[in-house]
Amino acid sequence: MTTRLIKSGTLVSDNWVLLGAATDRDAVATMHDRDVIVPLSFWLSEQDLISSRPSRTAVWLNSNETPEAIAGSLDKLALVALNFPEFKDGRPYSSARELRQRFGYTGEIRAIGDVLRDQLFFMRRCGFDAFALRDDQDIEIALTAFNDFTDAYQPAIDQPLPLFRRR
Amino acid sequence: MYRYDQYDHQMLADRIAQFRDQTQRFLAGQLSDAEFLPLRLQNGLYVQRLAPMLRVAIPYGMLSSTQMRKLAFIADHFDKGYGHLTTRQNIQFNWPALADVPEILAHLAEVEMHAIQTSGNCIRNTTTDQFAGVAVDEVEDARAYCEIIRQWSTFHPEFAFLPRKFKIAVCGTQQDQAATQVHDIGLYLLKNENNEIGFRVLVGGGLGRTPVIGSEIKAFLPQEHLLSYLDAILRVYNREGRRDNKYKARIKILVKETGTSAFRDKVEKEWQLLKDGPLTLTNAELERCRAFFHDPDYKALPTQSSALENALSTDVLFASWYEQNTSAHKKPGYTIVTICVKKTGFAPGDLDSDQMRFIADLAERYSFGEMRITHTQNLVLADVEKNELYNLWQALKTRDLEADNLGLLSDMICCPGGDFCSLANAKSIPVAEAIQRRFSAQHLREIGQLSLNISGCMNACGHHHVGNIGILGVDKKGEEYFQISLGGSADHNAALGKIVGPSFSQDEVPDVIDKIVNVYQQHKTPGEKFINTYNRLGMEPFKEALYGNKSDDHTTD
Ligand code: HEM
Ligand code: SF4
Repeated sequence: MTTRLIKSGTLVSDNWVLLGAATDRDAVATMHDRDVIVPLSFWLSEQDLISSRPSRTAVWLNSNETPEAIAGSLDKLALVALNFPEFKDGRPYSSARELRQRFGYTGEIRAIGDVLRDQLFFMRRCGFDAFALRDDQDIEIALTAFNDFTDAYQPAIDQPLPLFRRR
Repeated sequence: MYRYDQYDHQMLADRIAQFRDQTQRFLAGQLSDAEFLPLRLQNGLYVQRLAPMLRVAIPYGMLSSTQMRKLAFIADHFDKGYGHLTTRQNIQFNWPALADVPEILAHLAEVEMHAIQTSGNCIRNTTTDQFAGVAVDEVEDARAYCEIIRQWSTFHPEFAFLPRKFKIAVCGTQQDQAATQVHDIGLYLLKNENNEIGFRVLVGGGLGRTPVIGSEIKAFLPQEHLLSYLDAILRVYNREGRRDNKYKARIKILVKETGTSAFRDKVEKEWQLLKDGPLTLTNAELERCRAFFHDPDYKALPTQSSALENALSTDVLFASWYEQNTSAHKKPGYTIVTICVKKTGFAPGDLDSDQMRFIADLAERYSFGEMRITHTQNLVLADVEKNELYNLWQALKTRDLEADNLGLLSDMICCPGGDFCSLANAKSIPVAEAIQRRFSAQHLREIGQLSLNISGCMNACGHHHVGNIGILGVDKKGEEYFQISLGGSADHNAALGKIVGPSFSQDEVPDVIDKIVNVYQQHKTPGEKFINTYNRLGMEPFKEALYGNKSDDHTTD
């Protein structure tokens, strides 16, 4: 059950298990030896169970959920996943930037859901550093996405200075 | 004019390569329609009734002769030989083939033009007043700021998938000709008591189904904070704008639902994080951008021109054009000329490739090789010597470009409507023409300044809400009808028109306009403009003239 994940510009195999929105305690209990990514509601309500688990627990936020909700626990989180219910939903871009900019989060920010080749460049600029592509995406083509642009006008997470301070 | 450096060129080259690849993957079946849709929209490509439609940006309206010739080339080689000037300082081509678009974009890039973010749910072309830099009443030239905004908004990684489109206008003149208050963000340049430059910031204006005049959220934003403040507004909108209903997705709805002062607080909170950060504009950048818009090499000329005086006294047609189509210029001996692209019998705002080349030549000869396009779908030669006006006018006459109706009733804003647009309820171009034919040149002049705006549906591309007279195409049991509104205005005193009553069939419209004008002419005080008479009298006399006592019999739609 490995995810096809792009990280640091290459395809890596990954063992985190993504648990859906309807996750309950039993489901998590059966996964006690696996690293799991739980939905926000579970993260907020089941901290006792989570802290007793032998393996790691991460959280995913849907596009209507904001990083403020997990601001207090970011130092415990190796990974925050941000879900794109559909690729046209632009909210996770702001969430990623807020995680990095406002909350200084340095762990992995993973794009999950409707993650397509043509949005990867902007995602990376906003602070995503791992990309769980939608199943039908061609990995070879996707890997080229990070070279779409040579430079950028705005400051973002990958380049903190706007072009006007560098040109 | 702004000139690209290697960075700007590279940005366009990368974009074209990207879109070429996307188009190929789409044509090869590797990208679905739904996945390709926002990608093509963000490159200006709609698919319309008859063919794709390509919308090319004319950033803040500025166009060089070289660029205009390129547009003519594109019209000839990839289209049917013409283009359509839009209300947002873009030009649209109605007939290109999808597979040709990457090549068209490559042609545009050669002359530092593009179609980036001219449609789609992203930050669109930034617009301004067409007299920027030459107006007598200017606070500050808006163009440098527009260019700064253009660069900030181009490929902004966080804001490429907003809830809905996002339009910004900047106005630096006293007489707002940019419809600034009906933009998602409207920026008025100001100077404070210490002579420092800043902006009055309005948000949440817009037309469409729910027309709204923008609300002020900052009385004075010092110029160096422009971009960080825009970033903050956009982040609030991106996070909180409604995505459940396309018709409620514009920022105007968010501002209304949140309340202006709560919205302002959210922006302020976001801004605290960004303020004084790397987006803070540097003096070097402001100077760099301003330098592109320095005055051209104006001659020292006397205020009066005897060549002009002679021509005015001997040629009444010229005198009439001069009176209507020229405006005061900040330099003595110069004039701002507006070429009104509204000659009766020609679709409003349409230019054919011959006219484009011809105007490009005229601009080179008479106006430092530059022109501007206006939100009223006209063209401006901003720096014409008074001595040359008569020659210029004679040249314009040879290409059907001498229409002397600028600002008059026949100088209408008109969307492409049912002839081209698949969203239309009604055809708008034939209505425009029928109205134009109804009024003689003499009569138009007596009526004086009056804006008439026509949209083929409630999306309001033709700005009908802010026309002194607005005409909206509606569907009445499968037939094309037209709803009339009065009292709209797009200037500093922006106002939304009010619907007069039940709608009319296409045949009735010219009569209806005639009756409205009659009421005005009967009641006006000497020199009073239509809009002022309307504001003084209110709706009643107009209603009475149109419906008599009958209006109660109809249901208002
Ligand atoms: C023919 C293809 C066109 C299509 C399919 C189209 C579609 C639309 C739609 C759907 C809206 C409403 C958006 C909303 O309320 O969120 C809109 C608004 C608008 N369009 Fe168009 N349009 C077209 C052509 C044009 C042209 C030619 C112009 C300029 C003459 C134009 C200028 C505008 C403007 C100014 C608005 C109002 C902006 C606002 O709501 O604030 N459009 N258009
Ligand atoms: S107003 Fe309606 S008919 Fe006119 S161009 Fe816009 S969408 Fe089309």
